[in-house]
Amino acid sequence: MSTESQMARRTIPDRLDTRLGRWIRSWEALLLLVFVLIFFGNSLASPYFLDPWNLSDATFNFTEKGIIALAMGFLIIAGEIDLSVAAIIALASTAMGAAAQAGVGPAGLCAIGLLVGLLCGAFNGILITRVGLPSIVATIGTMSLFRGIAYVVLGDGVYKGYPPGFAYFGQGYVWWVFSFEFAAFLLLAIGAHVLLHRTVFGRAIFAIGNNSFAARFSGIRVERVKFLLFLMTGLASGIAAIMLTSRLGSTRPSIAFGWELEVVTMVVLGGVSILGGSGRIAGIVIAAFVMGLVTFGLGLLNVPGIVMSIFIGLMLIAVLALPIVVRRVVNRGAA
Amino acid sequence: MSAKSILAQRETLLVVAILLLLAAITIRFPGFAAPANLANVFNDAAILIILALGQMAVILTRSIDLSVAANLALTGMAVAMVNDASPETPLALAILLSAGLGLALGAINGLLIWKLDIPPIVVTLGTLTIYRGLAFVLSGGQWVNAHEMTPDFLNLPRHVLLGLPILSWIAVAIIGLAVVILGQTKLGRSLYAVGGNPVAAVYAGIDVGRTRFYAFCLSGLLAGISGYLWVARYAVAYVDIAGGFELDVIAACVIGGISIAGGIGSVGGAVLGALFLGIIKNALPVVNVSPFWQMAISGAVIVAAVTINVRSERVKGRLILRPAVAAP
Repeated sequence: MSTESQMARRTIPDRLDTRLGRWIRSWEALLLLVFVLIFFGNSLASPYFLDPWNLSDATFNFTEKGIIALAMGFLIIAGEIDLSVAAIIALASTAMGAAAQAGVGPAGLCAIGLLVGLLCGAFNGILITRVGLPSIVATIGTMSLFRGIAYVVLGDGVYKGYPPGFAYFGQGYVWWVFSFEFAAFLLLAIGAHVLLHRTVFGRAIFAIGNNSFAARFSGIRVERVKFLLFLMTGLASGIAAIMLTSRLGSTRPSIAFGWELEVVTMVVLGGVSILGGSGRIAGIVIAAFVMGLVTFGLGLLNVPGIVMSIFIGLMLIAVLALPIVVRRVVNRGAA
Repeated sequence: MSAKSILAQRETLLVVAILLLLAAITIRFPGFAAPANLANVFNDAAILIILALGQMAVILTRSIDLSVAANLALTGMAVAMVNDASPETPLALAILLSAGLGLALGAINGLLIWKLDIPPIVVTLGTLTIYRGLAFVLSGGQWVNAHEMTPDFLNLPRHVLLGLPILSWIAVAIIGLAVVILGQTKLGRSLYAVGGNPVAAVYAGIDVGRTRFYAFCLSGLLAGISGYLWVARYAVAYVDIAGGFELDVIAACVIGGISIAGGIGSVGGAVLGALFLGIIKNALPVVNVSPFWQMAISGAVIVAAVTINVRSERVKGRLILRPAVAAP
């Protein structure tokens, strides 16, 4: 153990070494354990928790954010980040609101939401892959820009009066207690899993995140892949915008304010390295469930939302700090 | 030397941009460029300048502090509640409390980053929600209103001294200190060295983690002082004060030419960046543009500013690889 840690200190750390690989595998197990504990804790703490319809309601807490988190996971694994996702929701929702005002039907509204998401993603992608801006700064800028445009259009106003058929995407149920949002989240998660872990494209993303120079030399079109990832994140934000707008039935420019941080928290909690190069979709999905359950359970106990955010913040730091502390204690014991 | 001339260019560029902006506003509204009004604009930008200088120290070390606004809200709330609960507390003690609390919160960030090696963006993302949440727990969601705070407490930043309010003088003093610390001290040089090349900094005998820790302490300290200044200036304390202000602070730095990749930036740049945002904020209502434009404009300005910065920072050597990638 001690020689291994000395070796690790001397060599250039490779994020995909087997020790870390094992650690990541157990990461999902740890998260799952946390999930089960919270589930049992909640069912003991509140008699209203174990009701299928209440649990179904709880899924609305995280499905929209979770869908963005899936795409954000790809981006963070590739070593980039997109802080403008919530602003894209605001802009897409505003565009849909304006279109609904003009009498566009549900299908048209969805198309507009997806299109605005794609356009915003493309704009981010161009700034980062063509102009060469660091993604964190570029997307802080576009975050103000996109939401700023929503404010310019709407001011302190509000768009209401969406067509009745549009409500399905945020309020409809596919079967029994399974909402359209939840079903869409699960399907997209399976799709994301296959794309990331079973395809050449997915391997390319890990390669870029670990060493983009090496990836370039091995023939991966780094810029193009990154551009596609920003498009994907934009599209995911567009999907979330459709669901959220449909669920709320109204649009204000402050819609989804602060969601970017919750989405990043979800991804990091899911075991994706913020430095890029490692992570799994399963982890992100479990993290989405964990965050949703925590918020829902605390809500049943009448804990205010902002206090829940303390738990989320502590969880984010604790979940990253614990393995480091444990490893250090173990190493000290072995030495 | 060449890096220095680029820096000089960038600041000149920013000064020219600010002058053009002022000229454009003055055409629409001649009173804007009057010295008294400009002093007002400076005073309005004072807190942004103070926070941008703290953020700059952090960004120089290749880190980022997203928790400054939450730190400001928590320290502001704490100091307002102390003043409300025991008005007889000396003002100096209250200010010391806000500075100390801010420093402690910054040190927590710094320790997590230094001792546990967690990336700064994640740590401060976490403490951002924790600190603001604590402001809620502390206050129970209640507001501290103007009539609950003592006049002395509220009036200090407004007190005019030699033609400028004390708030402006505090900003001037902190700018002066920042120039000295960054340019003349070992700590200042270490900040640049750590961000410029962390590996080389280690070989030069600089403790990278410790230097980052100091940067976060500095940022926290300034956020704490700003907490008191904000609450006193706006005469109210509630959980959501300065919500999202951390992005304005980072924007000021970015506009001022402080490289997010670390190691590049100057006090003058940070101050000018903050002033640029401050002027836009002040000018919009004056020239009859809806304040709702402000967010979109500052977003566009950030994107434009980073684009200009990146163009001038680009390392020529890397271009060798470009054609291979660009080929279809």
